[in-house]
Amino acid sequence: MRSTSRLVTLMGAALVGLGIAALPASALAADIAPGALAPSFELKSSLGKPVALSDLKGQVVLINFWASWCGPCRQEMPILDQLYRSYQPAGFTLIGVNVEPNAADAEKFLKGTPVSFPILFDPTSAVSMLYQVSGMPSTVIIDRTGKIRYVHHGYKPGDEGEYLDQIRALTQE
Amino acid sequence: MRHSSWRMRWIPAIAFALIAVVQADVLPDDRSDILYHHFEGAGVTVQGPSVLIRKKFGDSISASYQYYLDMLSSASIDVVSQASPYKEHRTQQNFGVDFLHNNTLYSAGYISSIEPDFNSKTAFLNISQSLFGDLTTINFGYTQGSDAVSKVDKGKHVAISQSGSGAPIFHADADRKNYAVGLSQVLTRNLLLGMNFEVDSTAGYLHSPYRSVRYVDSTVARGYSYQLERYPGTRTSNAASLQLKYYLPLHSALDGSYRFFGDTWGIRASTYQLGYTQTLGSRWTFDASLRYYTQTHANFYSDLFAYPNAQNFLARDRELAQFRSKTLELGASYEFHPSWPHFIQKGSLNIDVERMFIDYEDFRDVLDTQFKAGQEPLYNLDATVGQFFISFWY
Amino acid sequence: MPALHPMRHRFHWRLAAAGLVAAALLGGCQVQPWVKPYEREHLADPIMSFDRNPISSSYLEHVFEVREGARGASGSVGGGCGCN
Repeated sequence: MRSTSRLVTLMGAALVGLGIAALPASALAADIAPGALAPSFELKSSLGKPVALSDLKGQVVLINFWASWCGPCRQEMPILDQLYRSYQPAGFTLIGVNVEPNAADAEKFLKGTPVSFPILFDPTSAVSMLYQVSGMPSTVIIDRTGKIRYVHHGYKPGDEGEYLDQIRALTQE
Repeated sequence: MRHSSWRMRWIPAIAFALIAVVQADVLPDDRSDILYHHFEGAGVTVQGPSVLIRKKFGDSISASYQYYLDMLSSASIDVVSQASPYKEHRTQQNFGVDFLHNNTLYSAGYISSIEPDFNSKTAFLNISQSLFGDLTTINFGYTQGSDAVSKVDKGKHVAISQSGSGAPIFHADADRKNYAVGLSQVLTRNLLLGMNFEVDSTAGYLHSPYRSVRYVDSTVARGYSYQLERYPGTRTSNAASLQLKYYLPLHSALDGSYRFFGDTWGIRASTYQLGYTQTLGSRWTFDASLRYYTQTHANFYSDLFAYPNAQNFLARDRELAQFRSKTLELGASYEFHPSWPHFIQKGSLNIDVERMFIDYEDFRDVLDTQFKAGQEPLYNLDATVGQFFISFWY
Repeated sequence: MPALHPMRHRFHWRLAAAGLVAAALLGGCQVQPWVKPYEREHLADPIMSFDRNPISSSYLEHVFEVREGARGASGSVGGGCGCN
């Protein structure tokens, strides 16, 4: 039984340790929150030229962090495309930041599921880090003045209703 | 006389099919599987179908149902040496519900198993919680069950024992309780760690009403006779395991695990497993694994007792003997995307074959009658396990 | 007061010590997860699941359990995508 107690000791230790270490985890994501100014960045894009957030000033911007390996992200893409097409004339734009180190998988996915909004590539995760992406997918909605107004983590069918209401309200500001 | 090892100990494993804890913060995928299984070795054939259906209801509930059938036909060494071959069925049904609330997944379920001479009911509860930025998932499980044991002879229930006043007793019960703790930890972008610990306690009628032990008997020509086996009325066991899974370049993965087991009957067991998974293109996945298992015998086990009623408790069940076993597994899976019906997102066809070799170290082959009692060669067996299943995601 | 059972005493002492060491090590780490959600590409792959096909693994578990004295602790808690 000695080996059992050794394993139990290890597991107990790990649980206790993780429990303690996990306590302050709620203090995350202080600056990427509604009201904060959206940090600026520039990334290579599917348009052939780099896109900077500052280029989009004056519009309501939805930034969607996604990956081809993430199921909910794949599910969300066609829905985001619809949003983009419907609200673009009202001063809304959408950018999809792909978080994968290698763009090949993303490009393959987009071939099967084409979208009309620009895809930006963040192979070094610099922008994901900057925006403290804490779930996949993550969606940040920015108002015309460049302020972050809404942050969404994850996606499940039906969430687009919320995006829609928020975009409608912001484009009318 | 029947070989009853097929019963009595199926519950913890099958229950896990319903506790699909991949992560605590998402519900398991909607998925159905249809499986055919076949076991063949040492005079025993067990085969049958199984179906597992899982479906989400709204954002926070997922329900599952599993049907499982064993069609057993046995002419194992125990049966051949002491009785005549027999056939029987076992039907099992599992019902499960998962409820997701924030980062916590609550699972509960009920399992029923029915055989002509063994009925069992089990309820389980499992809570898993993901924390620490989803790098860690912990889970706690509790399982409780009860078994009703009886004895069937030529299609009729017969007494398994007698009460103090000599009246026949047809049924006996056993109660099971199991506590489980598990942890899954992301160590790096490519490395996962899993740890599990379980305490299991069983009390009641734990042996088989059919099985016997043998003892030296110089009054008969073969040199030994049989008497019914007798187990203790309680058993408590601990099991602890550690698993690692590592993602390799070229879209492949390596996994290794170790499990230690110990119980109050004196059995100590170790299980080592090493596996490799390789994908080929976007459709094929191949698996290969090696499993090595070793155990010491229960302290009331003997292949041949020196005289009748040699001790309080008596066992000659192969599962309680000292042995080693090796299993080699090969599997292949092919993914497809059917164009009809439209709600099916993807499907897979899977085939899995295991070759199993067991070498007993203190269980002798009594069918080899040219030797004196207790000097027969040690028994060994090999078996082939096959599974074919088709899965659909929707 | 009854004396503590020596084995139990040592066991608790070890658990406490190991727990403290683990806490110190992990507490010294960043509070932020060291593998970010957007870095889970490999972990999200189905081949990294500890239990890719529950119907098959539970059957195999059963095949071993009826032939072996040991059971339990093979529960399949996996890593997964971190999506959602």
